[in-house]
Amino acid sequence: MGKPVHSILSKNFIADNDRTDWHDETLFMVRKKRDYASNQIPEWETLRQWASQIKAHTLSNLDHYLTVFEKNANANGIQVHWAANAMEHNEIIYGIIKQTGISSMVKSKSMLTEECHLNEYLQDKGIQVTDTDLGEWIIQLRKEHPSHIVLPAIHLKKQDVSDTFHQHIQTEKNNNDPKYLTTAARHHLRNIFIKSKLAITGVNFAIAETGGIVICTNEGNADMGVHGAAVHIACMGIEKIIPETLHLSIFLRLLARSATGQAITTYSSHFTSPRKGQQMHIVIVDNGRTRLLGNNNFRNSLKCIRCAACFNTCPVYRKTGGHSYHSIVAGPIGSILNPNTDIKANADLPFACTLCGSCSNVCPVKIDIHNQLWIWRQQISKEGYAGKTKSLSMKMMAYILSHPNVYRFSGNVFRMTLKYFPLIIKNKLNPWYRQREMPEAPKKSFRQWYIQKQKSEFKKQHIKKDS
Amino acid sequence: MEVALFIPCYIDQLYPNVAVATLELLQKLGCTVSYPLQQTCCGQPLANSGFSHLSNKCNENFINNFSDAGYIVCPSGSCTLHVKEHLESQSHPSKAEKIKSHIYELSEFITDVLKPKNLSASFPYKVGFLTSCHGQRGLHLSSMSEINEPSFSKPLQLLNNVKGIEIVMPRRIDDCCGFGGTFCVYEEAASIKMGKDRIRDFETNNVDYITGYDVSCLMHLEGILKRNKSRVKTIHIAEILNSGTNG
Ligand code: SF4
Repeated sequence: MGKPVHSILSKNFIADNDRTDWHDETLFMVRKKRDYASNQIPEWETLRQWASQIKAHTLSNLDHYLTVFEKNANANGIQVHWAANAMEHNEIIYGIIKQTGISSMVKSKSMLTEECHLNEYLQDKGIQVTDTDLGEWIIQLRKEHPSHIVLPAIHLKKQDVSDTFHQHIQTEKNNNDPKYLTTAARHHLRNIFIKSKLAITGVNFAIAETGGIVICTNEGNADMGVHGAAVHIACMGIEKIIPETLHLSIFLRLLARSATGQAITTYSSHFTSPRKGQQMHIVIVDNGRTRLLGNNNFRNSLKCIRCAACFNTCPVYRKTGGHSYHSIVAGPIGSILNPNTDIKANADLPFACTLCGSCSNVCPVKIDIHNQLWIWRQQISKEGYAGKTKSLSMKMMAYILSHPNVYRFSGNVFRMTLKYFPLIIKNKLNPWYRQREMPEAPKKSFRQWYIQKQKSEFKKQHIKKDS
Repeated sequence: MEVALFIPCYIDQLYPNVAVATLELLQKLGCTVSYPLQQTCCGQPLANSGFSHLSNKCNENFINNFSDAGYIVCPSGSCTLHVKEHLESQSHPSKAEKIKSHIYELSEFITDVLKPKNLSASFPYKVGFLTSCHGQRGLHLSSMSEINEPSFSKPLQLLNNVKGIEIVMPRRIDDCCGFGGTFCVYEEAASIKMGKDRIRDFETNNVDYITGYDVSCLMHLEGILKRNKSRVKTIHIAEILNSGTNG
């Protein structure tokens, strides 16, 4: 099998037209809810501006805020660990688990642990982690990756969930009533929560001033896990820091409205110190982020608060599905982040985009997403990852467009071929023609028309003068 | 008012009627219009494919053609935006800067610079309006559904002036049509799906025409419409604004 590419994976996705329409409509509805929610707040654009500036300031002083955070967290009784990459992140967590001797544990949603492939790593060591976010749990049962960072199972319809539950937790066959299915999930997960002694969570915001973290969920599953656990391990990327609690209000107002159109997530939980007798660990991870931080072109991408508004608005994402992006983080922001981890494997992603710019305008922290994708394209081609055929045709195009005579000659040849030998162009090898007609070839280019017209006007004037 | 026409390469070769309409329209609105004869292309197909490092000579050619122009007007939002954002020159940086600040997309040139009282155009058809992304979000030719801002549209302001026309907006007012430059061939499946969905949105409104300010997007939709034997036709905004004003 060749390496996965977006254009081919998306072709397979689109082959199921009804499902594609459903996916597109569902996400567009979420986007609409976001529009409605943001329109209720007159100061919405100002909030975006502030959030963007706070993040810009924080990123410029990241070393400072991270050390302040560590100091304050330590003072609160939290143990802070630093991981340079995914491997270190997984090893640290494994180390903690081994030390405590706990074997039953739960995890709430964390894109970072997905990015580090923590589940697989622990599984290899014989440790089973149960994902407790409903969507995450469904895809965990199916051994799939999230197709969306907020709605990880959005590629599935209720019948898919019914089938999965029937197979794994013996629900009634073909009962796809959402209430029935969620109740079944709740009962099943409740038992796991009760047994679990260790909770792994993500982090939405880490506040330097207080040394505490904030976790936003709609299901309360992070809280449920942490409250019953003797050990809480929270994992965060270095970019999750904000300076003060004051700033949190801005981000909380933006996050849920951008994500789902809710005014606020059902649970915005603050964890500032461990309970008596509880251990609390925070693992702070780099894993390529400092590379972005050091790059003026892409630094802004670290402002991301993972709201997924850019996914929901992206026409390409909506119509091609998250798995077409063959990465943990799909969608527009993923297409910026993934080439940073592996440019060769992800060279196709910045091109899976029409540069329509919708993403940059919904982004609550004003990341210029589409411009960054444009810049990635330049870098990918310059470094030779664009493919030989494309490079060659671009060189030819550059030559033609730089030489007016050659351009006119080629233009004529193209038009005449299209007019008199259409089969050379109208064939199945031409990806324009497979599902679209070619434009009708005019006899003359505009330039030819223009010159002729000028000549005839010039003549007319002279005839007038002469007579 | 002196205007130099920038006619993007694919309009020059495949849609000369759009260029003719642009020229005639500007003349009727009182402009002295010239067409610099050695122009080729703005280089957008190269740059959006990641090959802006090959576009130096193409850029220099553009600058040679247009650095003397007062106003530069182009019947394409996308190409105008490309020039504004990415025209660069090692040898003539100030000329490039001047061009970037003097180039206009056709409809914004009419609403913002010429400001005619009326257009005396007539087009008695039901017309769906396609909002092309680069002109909208890049040049801000109209407000966008993403942003909390007062609604406006420069091209619609002009079209609403046309006699007999009935303008219909699609249900998804500014979703992308899927052209996207070389995206339309490298991501064929997605591009076609996006195009078909836009068309369905228009067809449910029973329009006679789909219009807009970007021939490239219209060409993509036209290709799909014709393949599916639709009765709906595409037409550039310049052709509508120039209609019924002849003579
Ligand atoms: S890039 Fe912006 S819109 Fe996309 S997920 Fe991040 S914060 Fe949300």
